[in-house]
Amino acid sequence: MSKPFLSIERLTQQFPDGQGGTLTVFENATFGIEKGEFVCILGHSGCGKSTIMNILAGLAEPTSGVVKMDGYEVSGPSLDRGVVFQNYSLLPWLSALKNVTFGVHARYPDWSKTKVIEHAKTYLSMVGLEGDVVHRKPSQLSGGMRQRVSIARAFANHPKLLLLDEPFGALDALTRGTIQDELLKIWGGTEQTVFMITHDIDEAILLADRILLMSNGPHAQVAEAVEITIPRPRNRTEIVEHPNYYAIRNHLVQFLGKRSKELSGKAADKEDMSPEPVRIDKTGPSESDAESEPRLRAVND
Amino acid sequence: MPSVTLSLNQRAALLSIVMLVVGLLIWEAAIPAQTLATELTEYERLMGLGQERAGVPPPSDVLAKAWEQLSDPFYDAGPNDKGIGIQIGYSIYRVLTGYILAALVAIPLGFLIGMSPIAYKALNPFIQVLRPISPLAWMPLALFIIQDSEASAIFVIFICSIWPMLINTAFGVAGVRTDWVNVARTHELGSLKTAFMVILPAAAPTIITGMRISIGIAWLVIVAAEMLVGGTGIGYYVWNEWNNLDLTSVIFSILMIGVVGMLLDSAFAFLQRAVAYAE
Ligand SMILES: Nc1ncnc2c1ncn2[C@@H]1O[C@H](COP(=O)(O)OP(=O)(O)O)[C@@H](O)[C@H]1O
Ligand SMILES: [Mg+2]
Repeated sequence: MSKPFLSIERLTQQFPDGQGGTLTVFENATFGIEKGEFVCILGHSGCGKSTIMNILAGLAEPTSGVVKMDGYEVSGPSLDRGVVFQNYSLLPWLSALKNVTFGVHARYPDWSKTKVIEHAKTYLSMVGLEGDVVHRKPSQLSGGMRQRVSIARAFANHPKLLLLDEPFGALDALTRGTIQDELLKIWGGTEQTVFMITHDIDEAILLADRILLMSNGPHAQVAEAVEITIPRPRNRTEIVEHPNYYAIRNHLVQFLGKRSKELSGKAADKEDMSPEPVRIDKTGPSESDAESEPRLRAVND
Repeated sequence: MPSVTLSLNQRAALLSIVMLVVGLLIWEAAIPAQTLATELTEYERLMGLGQERAGVPPPSDVLAKAWEQLSDPFYDAGPNDKGIGIQIGYSIYRVLTGYILAALVAIPLGFLIGMSPIAYKALNPFIQVLRPISPLAWMPLALFIIQDSEASAIFVIFICSIWPMLINTAFGVAGVRTDWVNVARTHELGSLKTAFMVILPAAAPTIITGMRISIGIAWLVIVAAEMLVGGTGIGYYVWNEWNNLDLTSVIFSILMIGVVGMLLDSAFAFLQRAVAYAE
């Protein structure tokens, strides 16, 4: 089997637990992401999602294990891996436009000033920011607008991998919905590989090709990789009518509500703790079972 | 009356003017009473003392003096008789020289201390001991080592303005949010670019606050320093006019010290507003 575009191999993270011992956040986590894939990772707060993302971004070093992108080991941050942080992380002394040109200029240092500005404006308009608003400082923008700027900054840089850490966590439901749609639109046009953290099940189903489910920490595992068998383009009002929607949703709710707890606290018993692939499809002719038990459940040893 | 509605600022300005006028009137009125109260003794009359210039002058005299001085601020009639403009010019020159030298040392050093916990820990004891020393206490040592009164005055300004700038720069740099530094890191900015494009603007409000405190202290200290080293400058001028018992000039120059100090401060207040940002 060929290696995926992004491969996470035996990633282990430990922290001192403050009482002289060590806290193992996750151990031997192993999974891959294909090029152009949109992957969401779901898990309870504190299970280690941000820790994984910071390692992928190169902002933190794992205790052991490697991350390879395009076959090369990741070390340190890079323009090839764009990050959208939960708290937007815009530079407050720069206008919305300048926050984006800041990134574009870092990515394409040879471009002329006008080209950089044009490019930045194109991406800002893709997330619905046009006209005078782009000259406002982040403090003069609403939370939703700030997150749009942050998304525009990330996409404008054409990173090979885009990392989003609960990008809509701080937004109200309506704004969240609009920006999710914008994210889908902008992603659809770029075929960007995206790795996104969320704790919102519906958001994950709407956006992802695949959802990684994480059990609770300590010793959290990336336990399952659930394929979202709902065709694109997706639309929040229509997907709920798709026969697979509730089956998938129930499966996710079951996992987060029950199994994530049952799995927690167990030390890794394998070299590669890779997630079990789960495919739920009720559209096929052979479909008969009514409960949300996955039709195909590969076991990987 | 309801027809006249003044804004808060206008009312405050009006009140200021009233207070000024009333204050000046009381001062003016108090002067003759004072000369009456201090009846001259025989001895004083014989010695020619107690003439009007030795007493506290009324504000009208000070205003006349101000008019006379400010209409020709740059005249130069020998070492003991120079225009107020020239004297203030000397003081500002010393303040700015010492201050700029201090900024050149304090801001890069503050950056280093703010970025590196080990540099902070290593330098902190020195800073804590050196900072509380009155700048004028350095004067004898400076005069002995530098052997030049001009340079010694500049050194004293240097040493008094360095601390607020150093401490505020370190504090501002250390307080830059990791998120912003992470933005720089994920955009692969080198350390120099990170320093200038992220850390400097993020810490600028704190740094400028330190610079504003420093210029205030420097302006306080220069007057005392010039009284000690003599020769030129507004501090020397005040002292010299006191020796001449010309209290009108003393009061006038005190006012000028206040005005220049205020102008220096408002220049930095302007800078502060220019670099301020809301999170
Ligand atoms: N720098 C650190 N030092 C010690 N413990 C940490 C550190 N960073 C994260 N942790 C711990 O690791 C666990 C996972 O944290 P995090 O990745 O932020 O969770 P999530 O993003 O899934 O909510 C938490 O228990 C947290 O307390
Ligand atoms: Mg998190």
